[in-house]
Amino acid sequence: MNAIVKAIADSRHLLSGNEALARGVWEAGVQVATAYPGTPSTEILENLALYPDIHAQWSVNEKVSLEVAIGACVVGARSFCAMKHVGVNVASDALMSQTLAGVNGGLVIAVADDVGLSSSQNEQDTRFWGRFAHLPILEPCDSQEAYEMAIRAYELSEKFGIPVIIRMTTRVCHVKGLVTVGERQAYEHKGFLDDPTKWVMVPTHAKELLKKQGSRDVILKAYVNECDLNRVEDGSDKRIGFVTSGPAYLHVKEAFPDAPVFKMGMSYPVPIEAIRAFGETVDKLVVVEETEPLVETELKAAGVAVHGKDILPKTGELSPLILDKPIRELYGENVDDLADPDLPVFPRPPTMCVACPHLSPYYCLSKLHKKIRIAGDIGCYTLGAGHPWKALDTTTCMGASISMALGMTLGASDEDKDKPVVAVIGDSTFLHMGMQPLLDVIYNRGNVTVMLLDNRTTGMTGGQEHAGTGFDIHGNEAPRADFEKIVVALGVNPDRVRRVNPYEMPTMFKAIKEEINQNEPSVIITDQPCVLTTRFKRQNPLKVIDGCTGCANCLSTGCPAIIVTRRETETRKSGKEVEKAYVEIETTACTGCNLCVSTCGPDVIKPVSFLEVAKNVQ
Amino acid sequence: MSNNAELTNILVCGIGGQGVMTASEVLSMAAIQLGFDVKKTEVAGMAQRGGVVTSHVRFGEKVLSPAIPKGEADILVGFEPAEAMRWAKHLKKGGVAMVNTSRIKPPVVNVGLFEYPDNPVEEMRKNGVEVYDFDAGEIARELGEMRLVNTILMGAISEHLPFDAQVLKDIIVERFRQKKPELAELNDKAFEAGRKAAAKSAQSAA
Repeated sequence: MNAIVKAIADSRHLLSGNEALARGVWEAGVQVATAYPGTPSTEILENLALYPDIHAQWSVNEKVSLEVAIGACVVGARSFCAMKHVGVNVASDALMSQTLAGVNGGLVIAVADDVGLSSSQNEQDTRFWGRFAHLPILEPCDSQEAYEMAIRAYELSEKFGIPVIIRMTTRVCHVKGLVTVGERQAYEHKGFLDDPTKWVMVPTHAKELLKKQGSRDVILKAYVNECDLNRVEDGSDKRIGFVTSGPAYLHVKEAFPDAPVFKMGMSYPVPIEAIRAFGETVDKLVVVEETEPLVETELKAAGVAVHGKDILPKTGELSPLILDKPIRELYGENVDDLADPDLPVFPRPPTMCVACPHLSPYYCLSKLHKKIRIAGDIGCYTLGAGHPWKALDTTTCMGASISMALGMTLGASDEDKDKPVVAVIGDSTFLHMGMQPLLDVIYNRGNVTVMLLDNRTTGMTGGQEHAGTGFDIHGNEAPRADFEKIVVALGVNPDRVRRVNPYEMPTMFKAIKEEINQNEPSVIITDQPCVLTTRFKRQNPLKVIDGCTGCANCLSTGCPAIIVTRRETETRKSGKEVEKAYVEIETTACTGCNLCVSTCGPDVIKPVSFLEVAKNVQ
Repeated sequence: MSNNAELTNILVCGIGGQGVMTASEVLSMAAIQLGFDVKKTEVAGMAQRGGVVTSHVRFGEKVLSPAIPKGEADILVGFEPAEAMRWAKHLKKGGVAMVNTSRIKPPVVNVGLFEYPDNPVEEMRKNGVEVYDFDAGEIARELGEMRLVNTILMGAISEHLPFDAQVLKDIIVERFRQKKPELAELNDKAFEAGRKAAAKSAQSAA
């Protein structure tokens, strides 16, 4: 068992923000915890699953996940739900109504914002959900606060009778710091609260609850100005007072140790009156917040003069260095631009793994790309947009491949209208939000070829189980969704459902070519596991024997184990110049999937003999 | 800029899957054992997809911001030479870089879109960086396990840390004793091999 599960009260541990938050949630006596994986939030639930006295589960998407947590809270348990920032978009339908109904047992939602976009399609600021849904937002700045605020959030949730959002960011989730932990509290289960006027959200009930929401807003706004989660830290240099929250607070303290700081732990509702009073003690106020100017805008609307995004970056992560120049300019200091350019190095974008089962679908799609449109989705296979495949035309959000593909067929120009549209979606994403779009294609008699790349895991977030893998969050066996049966049940003609081994490239190519020429929807399902999971079995590695002609076909697979050793330009008799790239295979990396073998013109990619392998091992 | 002079800043860089995060984890554990406040951060979104990975370890009396500001790293541990070159300007003046010279070329270089630098370590030296370099990949291969690169580099950097090399070695070996006891001895050996290689690199530089 993980050490942190057994950690005793008052002991200190090096924990990430996600691990610390999980510990706090557990200590708060939570009974039910749910999530759909999403960077940078994923490890919160992975860690909660380690505690034996909590029900933890992966749900199929964030909406379902939140609704399960809401159900548990209605019957009186403390419950918890985690997601990444874009997950709230999916869960928002439930959130926006539950904020009216409120809670019975405490309900806390941890949302992790990918500030700086390390692994997301946008950078939306979760704090706006606080304003939109009239809910308190807590913002920890480090692991210790993530732990403490998790416990505090349950107290607030039950005190005010509402869900509470803890807004994390990458620099809280994935930063490790020392945390002093406590022990699990005994939570007195509240039991089911029998009150249809609260839980049944019909207009008559909702109208009454709207009034209550209004008076609750007044109470929250008064509370936040008194709340000890917000504090003033005095400083000797009164020229600028900083108003800040989350990791931005740490950057301010590091860059300007002598400045007074108003530190927000609860940033929504904005503690306007407390900040106004703080403003009286300093010459100028500067709001330092990631990412949107939410606090700044509210303060300005309340007539508090502040600087903020007028001088600071409007997007991305802040840092002590980023703050330095604009703030010194505000101090009236002459600031030299000390920009010291980095040494120029090629970019190294993330790419698919050696032997990834997605390589062959993208190899085939890239060869067909001139004749087809390709709508992508969210997952490892979004990497198909990159080199060498460049085989995605769109990627928007979870599940959008199939529905957008339908729209692309319907809205095509006359010139394009015969161009087949392919949607590429993974197994976890299909179960998250791909089934409804496919039903929409069927119902509306559309024609889309769906490539369902089933690698039996949630790959991009690090390999979590889901309803299609046959295992639960603890690794115990669970009912496994049958993709073939699902798509047939949704209305796809069984003759148009194909299961293909992606390592058999010619079969894959033929299957795609056949299915894009059908006059009805097709689904091509791949069936080989992610190479980063234990389900993947390595084979005898390959090597390039003498005779490479430099045709470079194998490089089009995008497999990172294939290395170019020499390049040259060859002039043919016709005078045409041809680029040649001679290759070798990095034997220690190769897993022998055989994919590149079928791309090799001179057939010089062969398995390393057992003797050679044995020699290497010794 | 601030009171950062009291902190030790170690930037570990490399490629997804090389063990960058494990390295920064053991460095953090060593600092904790010596009673320092520690923060460790990384951008790990697509860490295992062959992309750039960096991990920052900061320790001292009290650590605030988790990321090392550019130009303030005391030590740069480069798991790959071009990556060390990419982050070279994060070092402060007088900072030290320990670089594994085994190259890993990404597909964008293999398909000919970009050039791999001729000699990343020389480029760093031209820019005034004190670099110790050796082929940790080769030593790992000789020891029969590519994943030892991590421990070899930790051994190599151990003489440049503000604490005894033995502290770091004990933590690494103990971690293996608990998780994979059959590899404990081998990692001990790898740590010492890295130490020796770094000393040799220092001699040839002098």
